[in-house]
This record gives sequence, C-alpha cells and structure tokens, in this order.
Amino acid sequence: MASSWLPRWFYQLASPRWCYSITGKLIPWFAAVGGLLFVIGLVWGLAFAPSDYQQGNSFRIIYLHVPTAILAQSFYMLMAIAGAIGLIWKMKVADMVAKSVAPLGAALAVLALATGAIWGKPTWGSWWVLDARLTSMLVLLFLYLGVMALNSAIESETTAAKSTAVLALVGLVNIPIIKYSVEWWNTLHQPATFKLTEKPAMPAEMWVPLLVMVIALYLVFGLAMMLRLRNEILTRERRAGWVKELLGS
Amino acid sequence: MSSTVQLFRQTFKRDLTLAFRRKSELINPLIFFLIVASLFPIGVSPEPNFLSQLAPGLVWVAALLATLLSMETLFKSDYEDGSLEQLLLSPQPVFLVVLSKVLAHWLLSGLALTLVAPLLGVMLFLPSEGMPGLMLSLLLGTPTLSLIGAIGAALTVGLRRGGVLISLLVLPLYIPVLIFGSSAVQAAVTGLPLDGYLALLGAMLALALALAPIAAGAALKISVSG
Repeated sequence: MASSWLPRWFYQLASPRWCYSITGKLIPWFAAVGGLLFVIGLVWGLAFAPSDYQQGNSFRIIYLHVPTAILAQSFYMLMAIAGAIGLIWKMKVADMVAKSVAPLGAALAVLALATGAIWGKPTWGSWWVLDARLTSMLVLLFLYLGVMALNSAIESETTAAKSTAVLALVGLVNIPIIKYSVEWWNTLHQPATFKLTEKPAMPAEMWVPLLVMVIALYLVFGLAMMLRLRNEILTRERRAGWVKELLGS
Repeated sequence: MSSTVQLFRQTFKRDLTLAFRRKSELINPLIFFLIVASLFPIGVSPEPNFLSQLAPGLVWVAALLATLLSMETLFKSDYEDGSLEQLLLSPQPVFLVVLSKVLAHWLLSGLALTLVAPLLGVMLFLPSEGMPGLMLSLLLGTPTLSLIGAIGAALTVGLRRGGVLISLLVLPLYIPVLIFGSSAVQAAVTGLPLDGYLALLGAMLALALALAPIAAGAALKISVSG
C-alpha cells in the first residue's frame, strides 16, 4: 500500500517467473532486429559511408569504437541502478540483472579500449596515451573487474548482491568524469559524437550508420544480457516448482 | 545530540588506545613506505637527475600503497571480537562510527606518512622547492585515500582472504587522487602555481568526507548481517 504510486509492471518485474517468460518472448525480436541492424550498420559504415578527409579510411573503426564505449557506460549505469533497486526494494530479479550485466560491461569496456588503441595508432601515432578520457575508461574497466571479483568472493548470494550494489553505486562517480573528461581537460580525444541537444558535427552519411550501429549493439548486448539473466534465474530458482516443471517437461 | 558526540569521541579514543597498544602495527605501514621508496633507486637507477624527475610520482605511489596496506585492519579486529556488531546496534548513525574510526586511522597512518614524506623526498632527490607541495598534497590526499579505503575494508571485512580483493576494489578509485597529488608536487618542483591541484584534492576530500562514510556504513551492515 505504501508505495502504490509505482506502476504494476514494476511489481511484476520482481517475479523471476514473469521475468523469465517475458524475456523469452522478447529474445526473438531482439535477435532479429538487432542482427539485421548490426549487419546493415556494419556494411553501411565500413563500405558505403564516405571516408574522412583527414583520416581516410582509418576512421571507420568509429563504427565499433563509439557504440562499445557508449554501451560500456550505459551498462555500468544499468548495473548500478539495478543494484540500487535490489538494495531498496529487495528485488531478487534486480540483483540478477546487476550480476548478469557485469561481465558484458567489462567485455564492452575492453572492446572500447582495444578499438580505441587500434584507432589511436594511425591517428595519434601511439597505441596508448594517458589522458583523461582513456584513463577514466580504464578505471571503468577496473571497476567492472572489482565488482566481478567481489561478487565471486562472497559465498552468500544475497550478501554478494548487496555488497556489489554498494560498490557499483560508489563507482558511479566515474561516469560523469568519463562523460566530461573531453570537455574539462585538454586531451587528444575528440569530443562526443552524439549530443542530445545538438546535431552531430559530421555529415549525415557518416552519423546515420553510426546511430544504426549504436542501436544494433544495444539490441545485441541486450539480448546477451537477457540470455545470461534467464540462466541466472534458472540457477537461483532451481528449487522453485515452476522451474522443475519447466525442466522436467 | 550529546550522546552522538559522545559515541564519536568514545570510538575515536578507543581506537587510538588500541592502536597504541599494538605499536608494531602502527609502525609497519611507515616502514613499508620507507622500504618501497628505497626499492626504486635500487631497481630503476641511482642517478640523482633521473630520480628527481620520478620522485613526485614515486613518493605518492608509495604513500598510496602504504595506506592501502593499513586499510585491511580498519574494521577487522572489531569484526572478529564482535564489538563492531555492538557499535552497529547503537542508536546513533553508523556514519559517525565510520568517520571516527577513519579519523583515528588517518592520524596514525596518513598523517604519519605525510610527516615522514620529506625524508623520502630527500632519499629520492626531490628538489627542495617540491617539499611544501608534497606535504600539502599528502595532507589533503591521504584522508581521501583512508575514506575510500574504508569502503573497501567494510565490503571485505567478513571475508577470510580480503587482502588482495580490497586493493582490487579500492585502487581504481585511488587513481584520481594519485593524478592530482603527484601533479601538485610536479607543479611545485617546476615553480608553477599549485592551488588548482590542491583545490581539486580538497574537493575530492569534501566529496569523500560526505559520501564515503555512508557507503562504508551500508557496506558494514551488509557484511555483518551476511
């Protein structure tokens, strides 16, 4: 009664069983649309988008670098928010979401750093520069690794979920630092490609495929997250009647 | 109100008394600090010109590692003998318990490190112009390190092998402090103004002072109940 202002679906999300069935319905859509957009965006960006007047074709790695970097940060926020929901409303599914997001986020951070290094070699002349954007991105990777290490070190599942949620929330300080690192400090890294308030500085033939890639990667990694989440639900709810029924049939 | 102040003062006094009864634990981080700093000339190069360039970063890294090393004991013995549970059961906010413990811990680790730092500066041929910058940046930076470290210590207090894990959790968060701390010393050495760096270190301290005890308190409650 106390918190009846929350919509009904919020309470439904708390049920692992409901969550399992809804993700089951969503997965084919995410796979089809995400896969299609991924192929379109990749082919469009790598083969048909015009080449850069300064960087030539080497800029094309932007079609992987920017989406992975955006996603690495979004997934961190998702992990922290899910962790906070788990702490506040003691919602088991939120804990499971936070746990299943962490390795994907770490993988995305690695991809963003690796593609950045590959891009940095021809344009800046070195694989790695210790500037604000790169350092804060590396810190993001370390935070993901810390969350994963803490989660695996604690045996009790509920304690592990709560502890990692606290750590994830503390690490949230890093997100605005990454975001504004290109504006606060003089760095080699170029400013953000997409802003909510302005049109991108590059021509539409370049940024439209990039936007397609960002959406595609959201869908593909959302799919990966749902698969991990379903696995996690089944593992944790293995003693529940509906899981036994599901696996028995 | 008065009982809140009393709790703060009692915890603080108790921690100091306990620390002075185990003097070796008190001195160990300082010895570690000295040994680590003396490893660099041996391992890298004893060349004074070369070392004086590296000195700002080396002293800061050594101070950071020494703080980290001493963090593990912050809540450990209280957790083991059950007094931490009693402290958490008290009606006063956990925030204050953490704050007073961190303050006592900082006086004996961070402040001591700050006072010993000039000696290390001399060992590593840090130019004398850099000394005030070194002391000031450590004075502002080490409390932040202790406060952030308290979160890591609180998260791992219930674990048997928390030692390496705490470094993994805390070191990424130490990076900004290290960057601005060593930059302040670097600026002092080259004669550039260092107020900007000190202001940023102060801002980080203010942020950590306001938020870290809350996070550490929440983490302690989770660790103790788990």
